[in-house]
Amino acid sequence: MFDVVVVGAGPAGCAAALEAARAGRSVALVERGPYPGAKNVYGGVVYGRVLDELVPRWWELMPVQRWVTRRSTMLMTGTQALTVDFRTEDWGRPPYNGATAFRADLDGWLASLAQDAGAVLVPSTVATGLLRDARGRVTGVSTDRPDGDLTAGVVIACDGVNSFLAKEAGLFRPEPGGRHLTLGVKETLALPRETIEERFALTGRDGLDLEILGCTRGIPGGGFLYTNLDSVSIGVVLGLPGLASAKVRPEELLTDLKAHPAIAPLVRGGRLTEYAAHLIPEGGYDSMPELVGDGILVAGDAAAMCLAAGIWLEGVNFALGAGMYAGRAAAAAVASGDTSATGLAGYRRLLEDSFVLADHRKLRRAPGLVFSERVQRQYPGLVCDVVQGMFQVDNPRPKPGLRRLLTRAARDRRVRLRHLLSDTLTGLRSFG
Amino acid sequence: MTDYRDSSFEARMSTVDFRVSDRAHITVDTEICRACTTRTCVHACPADLFVPTSDGGILFNYEQCFECGTCYQICDAQGAITWTYPDGGSGVAFRRG
Repeated sequence: MFDVVVVGAGPAGCAAALEAARAGRSVALVERGPYPGAKNVYGGVVYGRVLDELVPRWWELMPVQRWVTRRSTMLMTGTQALTVDFRTEDWGRPPYNGATAFRADLDGWLASLAQDAGAVLVPSTVATGLLRDARGRVTGVSTDRPDGDLTAGVVIACDGVNSFLAKEAGLFRPEPGGRHLTLGVKETLALPRETIEERFALTGRDGLDLEILGCTRGIPGGGFLYTNLDSVSIGVVLGLPGLASAKVRPEELLTDLKAHPAIAPLVRGGRLTEYAAHLIPEGGYDSMPELVGDGILVAGDAAAMCLAAGIWLEGVNFALGAGMYAGRAAAAAVASGDTSATGLAGYRRLLEDSFVLADHRKLRRAPGLVFSERVQRQYPGLVCDVVQGMFQVDNPRPKPGLRRLLTRAARDRRVRLRHLLSDTLTGLRSFG
Repeated sequence: MTDYRDSSFEARMSTVDFRVSDRAHITVDTEICRACTTRTCVHACPADLFVPTSDGGILFNYEQCFECGTCYQICDAQGAITWTYPDGGSGVAFRRG
């Protein structure tokens, strides 16, 4: 019997186990992989600010590849690319902002924090189902170990995007066709450290994170590229319904991206060291499950806590935050002797009072806009054409005005200006 | 067994560590697949594990599965794909995810 059983030793599960253990509770942290991170893939950047609450001077301890000091966003068509490239020295020194890391390193470190606080890590173990009492309250998990039932006051389901536990608990109703899911495929390409520094204009441990729109043949999604110490990771993210109807293989789109004139020079000569794929829950606030049940809490990807809002792409930070609050709420419920949904309701309040649900609620319309037909298929070309028109000198003709460029590009790209206006307003409402 | 793949895809998959379990964690009801016209699993699976057979069924190879879940999420035919996690400690083991 444990006070708290946490399923999944990713960022959410490790933070939950850490906080519950620190509150003096007995905690089991169950992980189906042979080591934490073995099953995990992400799109590259950990925003560690929330760790300030958990680990003083975490940046001296966290296994980081590079600190992101260059944050770029690229809109592309087959032959054009417009990049907004921002860099700041501030993000390359304490207290830092975002970092790239390998998940096996990052999740292993997070799990070690939980273990140091007293949580018991149980690797190579699948939580195969929920245990319930006569009234239906969750009282633990069954596992694939012999005599492997683990009883608990509270189960915290941090079992990832496919969360079978949240589904079994009746907290989550899957959408047909994976409507809110995207598939990410990623290659890690080894390059000498000096090559990365020269190619990306970086020094020391500084790093680049580049997000790309317009590289998926109109399938709702996008691309990304980020630097590790001596490798570059590059990937595409594809909405499942769009992928299903496009009849194209995911790695073909990745191959396309690597061959794009704006990207090819960045990855040239890279030796493939790992190919990876993972689903991402990108539906945002409106696709989240119930977060609290009798004896159970849900956090991280299992709770669809990935933010896919175009210019902001975050997930690990939400998982850490949600896990932290779940661990605290579970510990408090156990201490008070009420682990029913009512006793655990503090979790939801903690999330609502913090960035975890505040950001998601504020940006609830953003995924719909970002994955819309026009943003995906038409606007990258529209913007690229306008910029090309601005900088192309067509003497002896005089310069066209911006309005004329926009009208011309809209006509060529079949964009109706009233749609552009309404999407701009939606964007302002979503992001403002 | 994997001769349906080209050599570059083989090279791609050879960069991934798999600890293969004896138990197949995914089963495909090929009878249901015979009636399926979309076959979305065949092109969507990032590990290219679903192969149409000449008799209209689907052949599935579980050993090099990323355990992403795309196949069952995207499947148009109810109940064609039964998807579970592989046994604890087995399956894909990412090092750089």
